[in-house]
Parts: sequence; C-alpha cells; structure tokens
Amino acid sequence: MYVAVKGGERAIDAAHEWLADERRGATDVAELSIPQIREQLRLAVNRVMAEGSLYDPDLAALAIKQARGDMIEAIFLIRAYRTTLPRFGVSAPIDTGAMRCDRRISATFKDLPGGQILGPTFDYTHRLLDFALMAEEGAGATPAVAEAAGAARAAGGAEATALPHVAEYLDREGLLQPEPEDNTPPRDLTREPLDFPADRPLKLQALARGDEGFVLSMAYSTQRGYARNHPFVGELRIGRVAVSMDIPELGFAIDLGEITVSECETVNQFTGSKTEPPKFTRGYGLVFGQSERKAISMALVDRALRWEELGEDDVGAPAQDAEFVLSHSDNVQATGFLEHIKLPHYVDFQSELELIRRLRAEAMMASTGPQEAAE
Amino acid sequence: MSNLAEPSDRQAWLSTLAQAPADRLIALCQSAGVTAAHSVLRAPEIGTVMVRGRAGAVGAAFNLGEMTVTRASVRLNESGAVGHGYVQGRSHEAATYAALVDALCQTDQGSVLIASVITPLREEKAAREGARAARAAGTKVEFFTMVRGE
Repeated sequence: MYVAVKGGERAIDAAHEWLADERRGATDVAELSIPQIREQLRLAVNRVMAEGSLYDPDLAALAIKQARGDMIEAIFLIRAYRTTLPRFGVSAPIDTGAMRCDRRISATFKDLPGGQILGPTFDYTHRLLDFALMAEEGAGATPAVAEAAGAARAAGGAEATALPHVAEYLDREGLLQPEPEDNTPPRDLTREPLDFPADRPLKLQALARGDEGFVLSMAYSTQRGYARNHPFVGELRIGRVAVSMDIPELGFAIDLGEITVSECETVNQFTGSKTEPPKFTRGYGLVFGQSERKAISMALVDRALRWEELGEDDVGAPAQDAEFVLSHSDNVQATGFLEHIKLPHYVDFQSELELIRRLRAEAMMASTGPQEAAE
Repeated sequence: MSNLAEPSDRQAWLSTLAQAPADRLIALCQSAGVTAAHSVLRAPEIGTVMVRGRAGAVGAAFNLGEMTVTRASVRLNESGAVGHGYVQGRSHEAATYAALVDALCQTDQGSVLIASVITPLREEKAAREGARAARAAGTKVEFFTMVRGE
C-alpha cells in the first residue's frame, strides 16, 4: 500500500532542473531539432507512434527528445497527451490492398504478381559499422544516393499501382481459412478496461500498441516450440494508405490523411482439428510506421492466440494464454506498476519492519525457551 | 453561390487539403491571397480520429490507433458559403485555410482557387508518389530458387 508523503519540493525542483540540463547535454554540441529526429531517427519515431497509439511524427519526435531517447518514457508522454484530445470519430477500416508500397515481399511465392519490392531495408546489409556516418562532413547526400534519386526522378512517372494481397491467390483455391468481413464496431481498449474473454479485434488492438520487445519474445517463443504454429510470411508490405472518415456535417467521407503502416500476413500450416479440415490458417500484424519486426511478431502471436477458434489443443504455452499476453503487453502499464515501487513506501515498510521484529522475537523466544529448560 | 460544386468535386478538394503538408498548404494559400470576410463557426480544434484496420486485411474491423486531426469551420460573409477544413496533424492555421478554401471553392472564385491551391497540391503529391514509386521499382528483385545438388 502506498501512503502519500509531503515535502521535498526544493529537491524535486533541483532534480528536474538538472534533468533538463542533462537532456540538453554538452552545450558545445548543436541541439537536436524536432525535424532532425523526425527525419533521421524515423524508426524510433515509428515505434513511439505505434506503441503510443497516436500517429503524429512531430509529436513522437518531440517525445523522444524530451525523454532523452528513453522510448517507453516517450511512449508514456504520447499516451498522456492523447488523453487530452477530443476524438472526432472513427475511420473506415484502411484498405491495405490499395497501399502504395515502399516494400512488399513474400516468403511463400517467388513470382507474385507485382513483384518482390525490397524497399529501404536493413536486410542483406552486412551489419558493419559505417564509420563514414561518423565523419561530420558527411552531411548531404552521398553520390550514390544522389544518383539513385536522380535515376528515380528520371524514371519519373512511375505509377504507384495497387498490389494484390498474396492471400487472395490461396484464397481462390480454397486452401486458406477465409477471413469474413465483419463491421461490428470493435471494442476499444482506450475506452473500456481490458476484459476477458477478449475477441480477436480487441487482441489485435492490444498487440498493435503492445511493447515491441514483449510481442517479439512471445512470437519467438512460438518459433522455439511453445505452441509452434509453422508460420510463413505470406506477405509483408510497408507503405502509405489513405485514412477516410465520414464527416457528418458534410454528409460524405473524405480522405483525412495518409499514414504509413507495416502489414504482415502469415500463412500457417494447419493439419486440421476435430472441427476444421486441413488448410492454411492466417495470422495478422498491422502496425503504424515502418515496423516490420513488430508486424511479423504480431502476426505470430495473433495466430497463437487463435487456438480456441480453430479447435487446436491448448498446450499451455504462454503465447496461447490471452489473459497472460494481453495483460502484460502494454509497456506503459507495466512501467507504471513496476516503477511505483521505488516511490516512498515508508509507512508500508515501517509496518513490515515491526512485523518482522515481532516474529523474530517470538521465534527467538521459542527456540531459546526449550534450551533453558534442558540445562 | 454560383458554380455550386458537385459533392464528388468537393470530396476531392477536401481530401487534397486534408492530406497536404501543412506548410505547403499555408504557403500556397498565402501566395494565392486566400482571404475573405468570414465568421468562425468552429474555431480550430485539435483532436484525433481512431484509425481502424481489418483482421487479415479483409476481416473483422479492429482499432489500430489514433491519428491527430485539426478541424475548423467558417461562413463567408458575402456569399454565406460554409467551409469545413479538416487537416491531418495539429496546425490551426492549415485547418482555417482549408475551411476558407472549401468555402471559396463553392463560390464563383472556385476555379481560381482550384488552379492556384488545389491543383498544385495535387501535382506535388503525385510527384512525391511518383518519385517514391520509381525508387521502389528500383528495388524490385527476382529471386531464383537454386536446384539442390543431386
């Protein structure tokens, strides 16, 4: 139990002042600007948007700056800010089939229509530190980059064409578990507390805003054998989609904006169960920004959580336990509860102290008693 | 209010305004001299829209997360045209300009504003998209499956 304490204002002010100075760092080094963070630490910005559950690159960059690069602190700042905003409405479900893809790969089909597009990926890099980036004069585009950009401009009118989802091909053969359209307004974690049993839309929301490390570890546990689900990345795509919403005062929908998302569809082996014939099943991951590790992780965990609906056995794996996964995936919640134990618990501890002293005294009395009698 | 626009036209220009980078929208409106005596029906207001996705891209709708949106509404004194501005992000100024442009596009100044604000924004977006698409096309690969040695 936490009992409130008073005092310490001066010390707290001094601590916060020092924090601000430490955040700034050495003043002979130029201060980071929000656009610099937004443009050059974009994957950090993406993670803060995804787990802060608010798409706004400038705000996420500000949060990263203010939090000194502490991602969970930055996510916390975004979550707190979000609660101050009114909600104008809900969008129509985004159409990822119309995505203008920067990246689109399939691990299941080599020759998929539209092709495999690598996009700006870390894949196939050698993971060697590039000391050229450390050289300060390295500002500005390198010749290779400028050349590629020039070639891209020359190619000019390349049309961003919509690419069909890989799943559609398997779907046509009837080999893939269908995903029936359902427009029931989904439950919303930001409006009502997490409650079990959780349906799939609620699970997907929790995973989409869940901690990347946690979701990754849960996904990894399924690969290592704790509820193995034999996933293939049917498709991974990253790109921009329009967000459309009905505007009541207009009486029609408009595209309110454009967001970058990462989407992963896994195709999972499924040998059949008592209720379902053998076929491929699917896991789904959708995350704000370019966050493919998170999107793949989410798809694997989504699939593991679907055991009941597919009539699979509960093998008791952590990734199958919706209550376990959903209750521990939120890093802001976890941090709040974890870190509160460092705050003053003096009264609490005082009573523990007295209890231990009393128990020890009683134990001592009991053990010394018989010895005296024996003498 | 002559030249009353078709809803689909209005839908298109509002979508263009909403998706435009705030600084470009403001700059174009300033250089086009977008101004008109008006009353404010709704002062610029920052809020969010909950973005939804679908399980498996096509199945059950779920809440993905929110995005910031700013909106404003104006009524022009002269024509009485009402304009609604919705823009992605948190710019009061962009939302107000979007509302003014929406209102003015419904008046006889419509064609001028389409040419000076909407069309440039649309073209800039197409150019950005084209450049990215070309860049993506440059990373298109062919994977060959190696035949395993007998």
